[in-house]
Amino acid sequence: MSTNTSTESRSRGKAPAGERVADWADGRLGIYSLAKANMRKIFPDHWSFMLGEICLYSFLIIILTGVYLTLFFHPSMNEVEYHGSYIPMQGQLMSEAYASTLEISFDVRGGLLIRQIHHWAAVIFLAGMFVHMMRVFFTGAFRKPREINWLFGFLLFVLGMFTGFTGYSLPDDLLSGTGVRFTQGAILSVPIVGTYISMFLFGGEFPGTDFVARFYSIHILLLPGIMLGLVVAHLILVFYHKHTQFAGAGRTNKNVVGMPLLPVYMAKAGGFFFLVFGFTALIAGIASINPIWNLGPYRPDMVSTGAQPDWYMGFAEGLVRAMPGWEINFWGHTLVLGVFIPLVLFGLFLAIIALYPFIESWITGDKREHHILDRPRNAPTRTAFGVAWVTAYMIMLIGGGNDIVATHFNLSINAVTWFVRIGFFAGPVVAFIVTKRICLGLQRRDKDKVLHGRESGIIKRLPHGEFIEVHEPLSQEQMYTLTAHEQYKPAEIGPTVDENGVKRKVKGSEKLRAKLSEAYYGEESQIPKPTVEEYKEITSGHGHH
Amino acid sequence: MSSQDNPEKNLPTAQDTTHGAVDVADEKHPFADPGLPPHEHRIQDIDERAAKRSERTVALLFTLSMLATIGFIASFVAIPVEKMVYIFPLGRISALNFALGVTLGIALFAIGAGAVHWARTLMSDEELTDERHPIEAPPEVRTKVMDDFRQGAKESQLGRRKLIRNTMFGALTLVPLSGVVLLRDLGPLPEDKLRHTAWSRGKLLINQNTNEPMRPSDIVVGSLTFAKPEGLDEHDHGFNNEIAKAALMIVRIQPDDIKDKRTLEWSHEGILAYSKICTHVGCPISLYEQQTHHVLCPCHQSTFDLSDGAKVIFGPAGHPLPQLRIGVNDEGYLEALADFDEPVGPAFWERG
Repeated sequence: MSTNTSTESRSRGKAPAGERVADWADGRLGIYSLAKANMRKIFPDHWSFMLGEICLYSFLIIILTGVYLTLFFHPSMNEVEYHGSYIPMQGQLMSEAYASTLEISFDVRGGLLIRQIHHWAAVIFLAGMFVHMMRVFFTGAFRKPREINWLFGFLLFVLGMFTGFTGYSLPDDLLSGTGVRFTQGAILSVPIVGTYISMFLFGGEFPGTDFVARFYSIHILLLPGIMLGLVVAHLILVFYHKHTQFAGAGRTNKNVVGMPLLPVYMAKAGGFFFLVFGFTALIAGIASINPIWNLGPYRPDMVSTGAQPDWYMGFAEGLVRAMPGWEINFWGHTLVLGVFIPLVLFGLFLAIIALYPFIESWITGDKREHHILDRPRNAPTRTAFGVAWVTAYMIMLIGGGNDIVATHFNLSINAVTWFVRIGFFAGPVVAFIVTKRICLGLQRRDKDKVLHGRESGIIKRLPHGEFIEVHEPLSQEQMYTLTAHEQYKPAEIGPTVDENGVKRKVKGSEKLRAKLSEAYYGEESQIPKPTVEEYKEITSGHGHH
Repeated sequence: MSSQDNPEKNLPTAQDTTHGAVDVADEKHPFADPGLPPHEHRIQDIDERAAKRSERTVALLFTLSMLATIGFIASFVAIPVEKMVYIFPLGRISALNFALGVTLGIALFAIGAGAVHWARTLMSDEELTDERHPIEAPPEVRTKVMDDFRQGAKESQLGRRKLIRNTMFGALTLVPLSGVVLLRDLGPLPEDKLRHTAWSRGKLLINQNTNEPMRPSDIVVGSLTFAKPEGLDEHDHGFNNEIAKAALMIVRIQPDDIKDKRTLEWSHEGILAYSKICTHVGCPISLYEQQTHHVLCPCHQSTFDLSDGAKVIFGPAGHPLPQLRIGVNDEGYLEALADFDEPVGPAFWERG
């Protein structure tokens, strides 16, 4: 124990007060062993590593501002007549939820600011998680031993979407009510149990008088509680696994190079919390978000044009808008495929990205730990797959806003919808092919740089009149960095005849795996990195320029 | 299992596992890892005046934060909550919200900027190295854990006393059922609730805007009117549930322009009453093109042709809008001749 070594120096009364407090705590919590491992923990530096921090900090901001909002918000659907300070709504019938949101916005000093920080932070939180997830995906940071942390992060993203949705629905304004109606309609499409789920969720027919109170406890207790647990687990695993790093001189799979938590990351990360919070407060001060007073209270027979969900639900919205209205009637029942298929696709599409680490590790058969990040170009098939996924996501985001696109760019709504329908299938394929070509091109360029040096832009005239461009040889650091990546060989099915000459059956899964492995690591999918022999041949041939 | 494991020869030989840090790239290893580059000093590390400048910058930022907090409190006290100001290019906005947001933003941002500047310019930027250790436990630990577990499992006698095991699993499986049963009263059963609306034979069509019954002459060709059944008042308890199904959209089309025979029959001299609730996911429909008789749902852009039985002509809706059969009563007011003959709104499993 680390405490034993310092026992002698602990002459009570003489030690500074801070140390005495620490000693007291250590005697009860054992904080010194915890601090020994973590106080000077090394974190590598790269701009993309702060994306996750944005998520963490916006999550904290959401909790802080959310607690404040609960002090004023009334999660009730009791009908009241409005007599507050917002003149245009005088005398209107509305739910208490909507009335108290108006009060937060117009009567509580600073209430509007906190409401807007809360909403902006939620939008940033989801966007941050999306980009953070892409960072982890494209650099292969999800590989062993971090697959479970990938799942934790994925769950946070999905739960974040639903927490955002339930929170967005609470003010019971015309727009959010329309969103809830949409959800209810989608629930109704679920075969067999749809109507039952709807009745149970809304306490009867839509809209009923229960959903605000129910969404409230889901929004402020159930989902954030689970998320808080996941965030803690996510962070513990980041500490436990130690952060990944990019290849570079002195950076190996067996070490982690960077700056210590105390003081550098305490200051940088702690400071970054304030930067994110300050930025969010600034935009909440100057840019209005979700001005519910413009929309009016929800009534199920009223709607406004340009009805849009928050961006993170836009993908689901797009699926619903682009889907043709298929309905199958049989034996007195209706299969509402036009709504149910988008609902299922929404889940499947997210599930693919959640399961990806396990799919890739099955293809590679690689059971080693990976702490060195891939440059996206060095994993062309993965990168292309990721870009295809993002492309489909973005096309559906356009689909979710097809009316906005149509009105802003003066296009036909039908044409936009057809573009989305076709683009959802064609876009990812094109994106996959193009991305893969770009990755291979970049790999070739890296290889070229290692073998021939960097193009210096200096033109030299040789004595016999020939012009050549001078290539500067790379430094050893650069050379190492560009050749440090690993290249898999495609998996083979292996001998189909054992040593006794007996034929074994080749399983379908083996064949599939060999095919996928060929697609990932075959000749078409990666440029062999420069070998020592190639390098020597070229450098000894005409030497350095 | 063997098919899932990649044979060792197919795994890549990583650059970094074959050799450690080498100081010079020799003939044999031109791409070898040269090891961590020597630390390069920043200007603040060698020039105390530059360091002082950094110190002053950081202190200035922290001071700015303090001033901004004072500004926040002052704004909170001084600016009335209802005051609006014009600020270019934001337009007319709440003065208090703007002042509080900007001061709070600066107060927080300046702390962050100060801390980051401090870390970047004054704290040591020498890169340090930590060793990684495999996450997997060494084999002897694994053996110990497995033995401990077997020992514990054996001492519990769970495997030997099947009666205890089976009844325990039974009890643990059943006990959550209580929780499930408790959820039963979250709501009523669907029964035929989604099949009926507030409409019935003889109910007058009440104009949503004027709250008055309507005569055919009130409705001109090309107009769009919203109606509700008589006796349904927005102050009533349960109004929202009823209007969510009963909301009506009334248009008038020249009888010659009506393509569908039943549509014409169920109308009154070309006055058509359709459910306002979209058959896709239930948004109220309200965008009407009087020339084409198309109506568009603003939520998901399903488009219906009102002159042709409200057939879906574009978008994700799966079936036409239900039409309400209407006529005129003795006093000359428009009335319903029956409830809708099919469920309004989104389709569901039991709809058929």
